[in-house]
Amino acid sequence: MLKFVKFFSLIIFLILSSTAISAEKSEKLLTTDWTFKGPFGKFDRASLQRGYQVYQEVCASCHSLKYMSYRNLSEEGGPQFSVQQTKAIAANFEILDGPNPEGEMFTRPARLSDKFAMPYLNDEEAKSANGGAYPPDMSVLVKARKGGADYVYSVLLGYEDPPAGVKLDDGVYYNKYMYGNKIKMPAPLSDDLVEYTDGTNATEQQMAKDIVSFLMWTAEPHLEQRHKIGFRAIIYLIILSILVYFSMKKIWSRIETEV
Amino acid sequence: MSEHNYQPKSKFGKWFNDRLPLLTLANHLTDYPTPKNLNYWWTFGGILTFCLITQIITGLVLAMHYIAHADLAFSSVEHIMRDVNYGWLIRYIHANGASMFFLAVYIHIFRSLFYGSYKSPREIIWILGILIYLLMMAAAFMGYVLPWGQMSFWGATVITNLFSAIPLVGESITTWLWGGYSVDNPTLTRFFTLHYLIPFLILGLVVLHIWALHVPGNNNPIGIDIKKPSKDTVSFHPYIVIKDLFALLLFLILFAFFVFYSPNVLGHADNYIEANPLVTPAHIVPEWYLLPFYAILRSIPDKLMGVIAMLSAILILAALPWLDTSKIRSAVFRPLYKQFYWILVLDVLILGYVGAMPAEGLYLLVARIGTAYYFAHFLIILPILGKIEKTTPLPMSITEPILGGSLNVEPVRNNVNTQKL
Repeated sequence: MLKFVKFFSLIIFLILSSTAISAEKSEKLLTTDWTFKGPFGKFDRASLQRGYQVYQEVCASCHSLKYMSYRNLSEEGGPQFSVQQTKAIAANFEILDGPNPEGEMFTRPARLSDKFAMPYLNDEEAKSANGGAYPPDMSVLVKARKGGADYVYSVLLGYEDPPAGVKLDDGVYYNKYMYGNKIKMPAPLSDDLVEYTDGTNATEQQMAKDIVSFLMWTAEPHLEQRHKIGFRAIIYLIILSILVYFSMKKIWSRIETEV
Repeated sequence: MSEHNYQPKSKFGKWFNDRLPLLTLANHLTDYPTPKNLNYWWTFGGILTFCLITQIITGLVLAMHYIAHADLAFSSVEHIMRDVNYGWLIRYIHANGASMFFLAVYIHIFRSLFYGSYKSPREIIWILGILIYLLMMAAAFMGYVLPWGQMSFWGATVITNLFSAIPLVGESITTWLWGGYSVDNPTLTRFFTLHYLIPFLILGLVVLHIWALHVPGNNNPIGIDIKKPSKDTVSFHPYIVIKDLFALLLFLILFAFFVFYSPNVLGHADNYIEANPLVTPAHIVPEWYLLPFYAILRSIPDKLMGVIAMLSAILILAALPWLDTSKIRSAVFRPLYKQFYWILVLDVLILGYVGAMPAEGLYLLVARIGTAYYFAHFLIILPILGKIEKTTPLPMSITEPILGGSLNVEPVRNNVNTQKL
C-alpha cells in the first residue's frame, strides 16, 4: 500500500515539475559555436581582438568596463594584444588624474595600469544621456544574466518589429529575448557596422559572437587557467582515488569484512 | 572512552603526557573502536570536517582582500576575482564549498534519520548537530550577503524583515539589527563580523559533537548496541581513516567539477549585479539549501505564523529523539518507517522545488500540503508508528547476523518480512 503512495507521490512530483517547466514561456535562446564552453574551452584570440574592436567602436560610447584595465588586454588568456599594441591602444584615451602639486586635476593619456576610460562622469550623466535608462557596466554582464553568453547573444540579435497590439513608447524597442520584451537600447549592430582590421566579414552574427566572446572574457578573465587547472586537479584526484581504493582494499583484507 | 591507561614509550613523551595528556588523546583517537559494518553514508562526518576547515582557510584568505563597505564590497570581490593571485580559485572554492557543505550535511542528517542515530544514548550528539546546522545556516546566509550583489541585498532585506513580525517590539528589533532604517553599510559590517565569528563557534560545537560521539561510540547500519572493542569493531586508524579518505576523494571530484567547470551554476545570476536599493529583483530566492524552509515560510499566509512555522521546522528536529517512540534504531528493521522515511525525503525535495518558484497558484497549494505533511511526519506519524509498527527481528551482533533479538531491545513481536542485511 505504502509503496503505491511513494510511487504516486513521485509521479505527482514529475507532473508538477514538467508543468512548471512548460509554464515558463520564455523564448528558446539563440546560440552559436562558442569556443569557451566545455572542460577544454578556450577563447579564440582573434575573436576576442575583434570583440574588443566592436566594444570600442560600438558599445564603449555608453557602456563602461570599469573593472578592466588596459594591461588586461595583453595578459595571458585574453585577446593577448602585444604589449606595444596595448600601450598604443591605451594612449588613445584621456584619463583624469591629479591633483598635481598645484592642486589641479589634469588629463593625460592612459597607461597600461589604468582602468578602461568611462563613457560618463557619473551615473546621473549616463541616465540623462540615455532617456533615463542606465547602460549597465559590462564587466560581468555575461555572468549577471540568466542564460549567460547565449542570452546576451540572443538580445543582440533579437530586435524585431513589435507584434500587433504591443504599443511602445518613444525610445523603447521590441526585443524577442529581453526580459519583458522591452529595451531602451536601440539595435546596436548592423551588417558592416565596423570594418574588422583582420578582414573578417562583419556580419551582424559575427559581430555579436565576437563581442559576446569578449564580454565572456571580461567576466571570467581566468577562464582558460581555470579549465586547465581543473582538468589537472580532477585527473590527480581520480588517480589518487584509485590508489587509495586499492590501499583500502588491502588494509581491510586483514579482517573478514567487505568495504 | 577506551584507553585511559596509555603510557608513551619515550621518556620525554611520558614526561609531557603526564602534564598534558595529548598523546593519550591521540591514542584514543587512533584506537577508537568503530563498528566494522559502517557503510559509505557514515563517511560524511569526515567530509563535513574537511568542508569546515576548507571554508575557514579559504575564508581567512578572502577576508585579507575583501572590504566590508557598501560602496566597495562588490568591487573588492571583483578585485579578488581578477587581480589577487588565484583569487578566483579561492573564492570559487569558498562559494561552492558552502553548497558542498550543505549537500554533505543533508546527507549526514538524513543518514541519522534512516538509521535512528539520534536515539538514546545519542540525543546530545544529535542536538549539538542541530545547533551546528542552525549556525551553518546563519553563516551561509550572512556570507551570501557579503558580495553585496542584488540577491545579497534583497535576501538580507527579506530575512531581516522577518523579525518585524514579532509583536510590539518587531520594528525596533529590525532597526536594531540593521543598525539603521534599512539594510545598509552598518548591516554589512556586522554581518561580516558575525560571518567571521560563526565558523569558530561551529568548530567548537564540532569538537563537542565528536566528544559526545566518542562516549557511546558510533551507531551502525543495523542499529544494535555492540561490545567495544570486540569482533564487531575495528580501530579507527587505519580502517576508518582510509575509508573516509577514499570517500572524501570521491566527494572532492564532485567539488572540483563545480569549482572548475560550473562555478556559478549554484548561485544566482542577479548577484553579479551590484546591490541597488531602488531596484527590486523579479524573484528573490535564497540559496538552494534554504529553499525547503523558505517554502514553509511562504506557505503560511500570516507573517508571524510563517516565521514560527519556519523556525519550528528546524527546532522540531531537536525533539526528534522523544517524538520517535520506536525502540528500534535502524530503518532496516522498520518496514513501515522505511516507507515514511522516503516519503519525507520526497516531501523535503518537493518543498525545496516549490521554494524556488513564485508563491502562487498550484505552487502555493503544494507548499501548503508539503508543509502540513512535514509537521505531520514528526508530530503524528513518528509517535504513533513506534507504538503500532511490527518490526523485523534484530541480529545478535554484526559478525553473527543470527535472528533473535539483541540484548538491549525487547524481543521482536513478529517474524514476517525478514530482511537480508
